[in-house]
Amino acid sequence: MTEKPAEKTALSITALLGVLAALLFLTGLSIALAHFYTGPLRVAAALSIAAVKTGLVLIFFMHLRQAGKAVALSFLATVVTLAVFIGLTFADTLYR
Amino acid sequence: MHANTDNEGSRLGMWLFLYTEIMLFGGLFVLYAVYYNRYPGEFSAAGRELELAKGALNTGLLLLSSFTAAASIETLRKGAKRAALGLLGSTVLLGLVFLFNKYLEWSHKFAHDIFPGSDTLLKGPKGETVFYGLYFTLTGLHALHVFLGCAVLSACWVLVLKGRVTGERMNLLENTGLYWHLVDIVWIFLFPLFYLIL
Repeated sequence: MTEKPAEKTALSITALLGVLAALLFLTGLSIALAHFYTGPLRVAAALSIAAVKTGLVLIFFMHLRQAGKAVALSFLATVVTLAVFIGLTFADTLYR
Repeated sequence: MHANTDNEGSRLGMWLFLYTEIMLFGGLFVLYAVYYNRYPGEFSAAGRELELAKGALNTGLLLLSSFTAAASIETLRKGAKRAALGLLGSTVLLGLVFLFNKYLEWSHKFAHDIFPGSDTLLKGPKGETVFYGLYFTLTGLHALHVFLGCAVLSACWVLVLKGRVTGERMNLLENTGLYWHLVDIVWIFLFPLFYLIL
């Protein structure tokens, strides 16, 4: 089987370093926020930052966007399944 | 080396495995969320006893190791074997330092009679027992993944050295990288859940 020659996954080391810097910055931001902010959006803020970091890892380190349709769709299906699972669980436990 | 390899098939297979991992940790995250909702006060009190500095350091180590893993793949793709080996070796090393920090953290807890089934936890408030149960289960399961990742990465290191994994044939290394990044993502969520939001 011949392989597709131009799988455009290659990223320069400089670009990867940039991603690392962004990840470390977001970690610092998250720690600072947890330290200084105690409002109602505390949990939401921490988890949103974690979600952005996850997005960076998925796109730039795991090349999710270049992985093909099968991976993209099945990944989406997994996330949706997990979201439904979380939603149904809380629909049960919050309103008992 | 001539062999019929199916890059896309092998990558899809790896992702399918990663989905099972996402559901495994996802299920445990839901458990955490439900119990946090039930015992918010006790979770907060127990969570503030964790060592933020060590958790933050470990976050940095894993992020850095994800970078070195990704960089080793890119350098090997360009044919720079020595650099790739150095980066891959650093990834394993960073993983091991992470595990060592985890060991120190757990030892401190054990020294204070905090471990599953200890007298202190059995006599203490129920929410605290649940919190530490989740803490040891989740960080333990994650540490097991880090350990296995280090083992497979080391195997990759040897195969790169022997020329069995090269820039033209690097499926195994790429899939191992995917696994390592997922382990990093799990920690990206574990860190705020245990060290930050409480």
